[in-house]
Amino acid sequence: MPVITIDGQSYEVEQGKNLLETCLSLGLDLPYFCWHPAMGSIGACRQCAVVQYQNAEDARGRIVMGCMTPVTDGAIFSLAGDKAQQFREAIVESLMLNHPHDCPVCAEGGECHLQDMTVMVGHRDRHYRGLKNTHRNQDLGPLINHEMNRCITCYRCTRYYRDYAGGTDLAAMAAHDHVYFGRHQEGVLDSEFAGNLVEVCPTGVFTDKGLVHDYTRKWDLQSAPSVCTACAVGCNTMPGERYGRLKRVHNRFNAEVNGYFLCDRGRFGAGFVNSDQRLDYPGLREDDGRFRALDHHQALQHMMHACEDGKVAGIGSPRASVEANFLLRTLVGADNFAPGFSDAEQVLVNLALSLQQTSPATTPDIRSIESADAILVLGEDVTNTAPRIALALRQSVRNKAYELAAGLRLETWQDAAIRNLAQQQRSPLYIATVADTRLDDVALERISLAPAAIAALGRAVAASIRGELANAPADAAAEEFSQQFSQHQLHHLATAIAGALAGAQRPLIVSGTGSGSPAVLAAAAEIARSLCANNKQAMLSLAVPEANSLGQAMLAGPTAPNLQQLQQRLDAGEIDTLVVLENDLFRRGPTDRINELLAACRQVIVLDGLDNATTSAASLVLPAANFAESEGTLVSMEGRAQRYYQVFQPQAERHPSWVWLLACMKELERAEVHPLHHFDDITRACSAAVPALAGIAGAAPDHHFRNVGVRIPRQPHRYSGRTAMRANISVHEPRQPTDEESPLAFSMEGLNRNQPGSLLPYVWAPGWNSNQSLHRFQSEAGGPLKGGTGGARLLQAGAASAAGPVVAEEPASPAPGQWQLVPRQRIFGSDELSALSPQIAELAGNAYLELHPDDAQSLQLSEGDGVEVGSGLATLAVRINASLSQGCAGYSVGLPGTHNLQALALVELRPATHWQRAPELIGSDRSGGHS
Amino acid sequence: MSTGASLDRPLTRNVRPDRSPTDLVAYEANGGYRGLRGTIGTLSPADCLQIVKDSKLRGRGGAGFPTGMKWSFVPMDNADGGHKYLICNADEMEPGTFKDRLLLECDPHQLIEGMILSAYTIQADIAYIFIRAEYHKAARLLREAIAACYDKGYLGKDILGSGYTLDMQVHSSAGRYICGEETALISSLEGKRANPRAKPPFPQVSGLWGRPTIVNNVETLCNIHHIIERGADWFQGLGLTEDAGTKMYGVSGRVKNPGCWELPMGTPIRQIIEEYAGGMEDGYSLRGFLPGGGSTDFLTPEHLDLAMDYDTIGKAGSRMGTGTMIILDDQTCPVGFVKNLMEFFARESCGFCTPCRDGLPWSAQVLDDIEHGRGRPEDMDTLARQVTFIGAIGNTHCALAPGAMEPLQSAMKYFREDFERHITGGSCPWCDGGAH
Repeated sequence: MPVITIDGQSYEVEQGKNLLETCLSLGLDLPYFCWHPAMGSIGACRQCAVVQYQNAEDARGRIVMGCMTPVTDGAIFSLAGDKAQQFREAIVESLMLNHPHDCPVCAEGGECHLQDMTVMVGHRDRHYRGLKNTHRNQDLGPLINHEMNRCITCYRCTRYYRDYAGGTDLAAMAAHDHVYFGRHQEGVLDSEFAGNLVEVCPTGVFTDKGLVHDYTRKWDLQSAPSVCTACAVGCNTMPGERYGRLKRVHNRFNAEVNGYFLCDRGRFGAGFVNSDQRLDYPGLREDDGRFRALDHHQALQHMMHACEDGKVAGIGSPRASVEANFLLRTLVGADNFAPGFSDAEQVLVNLALSLQQTSPATTPDIRSIESADAILVLGEDVTNTAPRIALALRQSVRNKAYELAAGLRLETWQDAAIRNLAQQQRSPLYIATVADTRLDDVALERISLAPAAIAALGRAVAASIRGELANAPADAAAEEFSQQFSQHQLHHLATAIAGALAGAQRPLIVSGTGSGSPAVLAAAAEIARSLCANNKQAMLSLAVPEANSLGQAMLAGPTAPNLQQLQQRLDAGEIDTLVVLENDLFRRGPTDRINELLAACRQVIVLDGLDNATTSAASLVLPAANFAESEGTLVSMEGRAQRYYQVFQPQAERHPSWVWLLACMKELERAEVHPLHHFDDITRACSAAVPALAGIAGAAPDHHFRNVGVRIPRQPHRYSGRTAMRANISVHEPRQPTDEESPLAFSMEGLNRNQPGSLLPYVWAPGWNSNQSLHRFQSEAGGPLKGGTGGARLLQAGAASAAGPVVAEEPASPAPGQWQLVPRQRIFGSDELSALSPQIAELAGNAYLELHPDDAQSLQLSEGDGVEVGSGLATLAVRINASLSQGCAGYSVGLPGTHNLQALALVELRPATHWQRAPELIGSDRSGGHS
Repeated sequence: MSTGASLDRPLTRNVRPDRSPTDLVAYEANGGYRGLRGTIGTLSPADCLQIVKDSKLRGRGGAGFPTGMKWSFVPMDNADGGHKYLICNADEMEPGTFKDRLLLECDPHQLIEGMILSAYTIQADIAYIFIRAEYHKAARLLREAIAACYDKGYLGKDILGSGYTLDMQVHSSAGRYICGEETALISSLEGKRANPRAKPPFPQVSGLWGRPTIVNNVETLCNIHHIIERGADWFQGLGLTEDAGTKMYGVSGRVKNPGCWELPMGTPIRQIIEEYAGGMEDGYSLRGFLPGGGSTDFLTPEHLDLAMDYDTIGKAGSRMGTGTMIILDDQTCPVGFVKNLMEFFARESCGFCTPCRDGLPWSAQVLDDIEHGRGRPEDMDTLARQVTFIGAIGNTHCALAPGAMEPLQSAMKYFREDFERHITGGSCPWCDGGAH
């Protein structure tokens, strides 16, 4: 390891780093703007200037940029010398020439990197007396606020948005001191990852629009470590609260999962927490059909009696915590516990789990995905089902660039140089999906195929890897789709993909339940297995639908009843009472069938947070606290159990589901729950009872944990106004709530330093008020958290030996006049709760059915027309998509009006009668805009 | 204007008094493409490189980097079989500089022949001429000349049966001064913002589209076929001092005969100004001059007897730059002169790095205040601080801003009393109504 000298002090430092990150890792304050640990160096802002000396005799030295200077053995630097300090101060003074100094009205104020750096360099007095440049701001949509006057032109936004996230509609425009960062015209930012601009921008140009309109300073936010509930990736978050309202969600760094970035569904999809559809009190349905509000005790009595008298079954939820589901399962018995998937999804998720449990391939975390050097995405539109994975795949294709850079001995942080060197050269990414995806621009090849043909392609790739393709019998599924995809093409493409995967060091197969096809999942696993048989360490990443889908499959097991089986037992009179946990059943099956299921019950008890169709059909509703008001464990798609914590305590009679269920069982004097007092007890009981979940207790420290003897504060040390915030109600300040369930405190007292990574509620360090203070919590700048990453991996990599191929059900092929329904996942809209957040709802749009232009023509349909699916299953607006595989009809999953539609079902389509085209389309009709 | 057809003035031997372009027939009639015919397939690329190295040719774009050494960094094994590029930098936008224009408009084939031989030496297969947008006449002539060369077999596949293939294209710039910086030129040619790139890696190994690339100035490339044809010794013999060859010198400002001449490298400044440019206009006297374009330090009459070559001018505290002088006379305000240049450089900053983007407009603002009588005594400190802050290579991302500070820092050295007169007098002594 090289030894360098900084201001007379010798340090042994890590090879291959630049001086800036080395200084930050050493705990030295060196200001910077344009460098970002995930994006490397470009040397634009010149803020991290230091003086480098040629040798011990060199007294003058010369200014170099820390971020552009590699640490080499024997190098001599000065950070503290006058020359370097004066230069850094001059940089801030220059940046401040046009900055409006509007900190008091700026949403970034108090957590502004520019403020921190200005103080750090000691700049105080202005010498400039000219006018300031001003800019027009743009409306960039519902997520991001734009205030260009504050810009210091560090280029982080466009480097993140374009270079890192692959966006195209935000750019640096104009030149000299008029550089403008925006869109060519106003409009919604197109990238699904635009929200990270809020955290990437070092000042207040790009801020969270939701926060701006419902504002609280960082120092007044109460935060807790949390896990995103909007998909199964399990990104770590830090939601912030004030006045009982969730104000914003920030990224919580996790080196193995989300790193520095979230998707917009995750960042802006938590607004449902503040919804006015929130249930506050238990409700009992009266004979007249109306609900009567109950208090906590009454509600428990009613629930207890229902469970005591009835033959009870439970329907859990893949969006509820492991613990709440475990308690429900304990209450009703494992045989009577349905996991709460739709029947088709239950097959898919169970298959995804068993394929991973039996696969010799590893299930990668996101950091491993980013290391992949050849990728096949089979059937899954990851941008819309597991968005953060898509952002990771954009980084994996850059491994080719790093390979080229190594040839020129360029360090990996030399961002601009490496991009200029590699240009369009990328590691191979193949994508086979039913239609275009948002990763097409970085794919070596993307092909549109029907689900059966995707599976056939996958099997052919596997056969080619095993060297059996030439002898393989003609694949029936491929034959069916021979119009679009001949056997010859199949072999040709399969051979190319197999060659790329087999020739790679770290091949990765990505698939998931999003296509709705078990055959696709099985084919993906078969490829991974074939690679492993060739001594390749293959990775297999399978997306599942919801935050705890995988945990739910682990808990319920492969033999758990599905909804249809519950119906049969209801019909047979084996059960008469249903307890539904945080699940809107009308999203889990056709409306008629769900109505039938609920009608067959004597009593339906529903625990949920928001009013929905299922709560409306219940006989007893118990208001459940949402993720921000409760604690729980979720198991992500990579089998990582992670804990989330109460950000704030729920008001009124809302309680975490586990509290309701535990209290009910205590009332029932059930022996199993006698030893259970704390949340941790439930986690441990679950871990003991369910072998697949044995590791969950290790996801985070229990509630006894203390950080050097004290709790971890949810409120920062500058939290203000605690005595005043309720003064309009009472001048007497109530006792602060206590937290008996976690090591966190509803207080600003305690120690937020060096604790386990799973317990990090916010980042803040002396002199570093912004999120850039993160490096003080990391073992090295950009590295993992000092206290460890947190979470527990439940899927042990390569634990199981290669099993025989799993036979998956083949999807049928459409007859003439039929179309196959294929799910089109929507990042904004397909997920239940995030779609209820106002900012996301604005982007979700209406439900639709996508058709290939030729198919639409044969049906005499054009864009915006209505189409009736099956006989009254749904009536949807037509969207034309030339990239859609012919014969497929893509429906917007999860959007209102599509719940009767089942993936891969074969349906007839006809133009809808009495269809009113959207007004904006009528205008284009008049001008002859469509044929 | 030199009319010499002799070997003493190789670059301008086809330049006619009326500046009409030399077409392929005329060019060949005067010995053109003889160098190409005699070289390709006869001399190896390594032989050519050695000749250019031995000639001690230095880049004529301003920095004066030895051309042969620059070329020698290009990887020649080309194991991956990808493209290599030669780019002619014809984005002549240095204030006061018009030497390349003369060569481009009067003798386009000289450049093309030089480029073919240069490309052959580094085994480039694609060559671009990146030309200033305003040089549309030259761009048209070059396109015609290139087409004629394709017809003749001087360009394209298997040139003159040698097996060597080269394609050549003209690209008209979208028009930024910074495109004259070779890496910004490459960025612009790739369709990106014309921002310079950090070095290393140097374009010789990772340039256009990430491939090995050589960027040379028009005048540099025009020398190549003469050097390869006539040899390194001949070329070295042309110069009067250490530096080899001839140089296109120019003078603008209040002289009797402003213009551009090919003269032996190292011709004394006095000879250029007094003999070729005809001396100062009547009634004006010389106060100072920028020796090599707008981004070089002032020299004063005491420097008139210096030889105009890279090292001599460098030792005098300035740079030879493009070799085209701008004259400051005694009836022009030096503050206004510098302010005008500073406004140009501030406007032409690409906006990438802070000292340049925000420092140059601030300097221009202060100069504007001083020029218009709004200056304050502390402004001199501000300017001095800006010179230290911006003026050193390495403080900024590229050389634009340090270049921009050169006229300012030298003006503050040589004409400080003029700045102070503006500030104390509250107006410009040269302007109408000045000197209250």
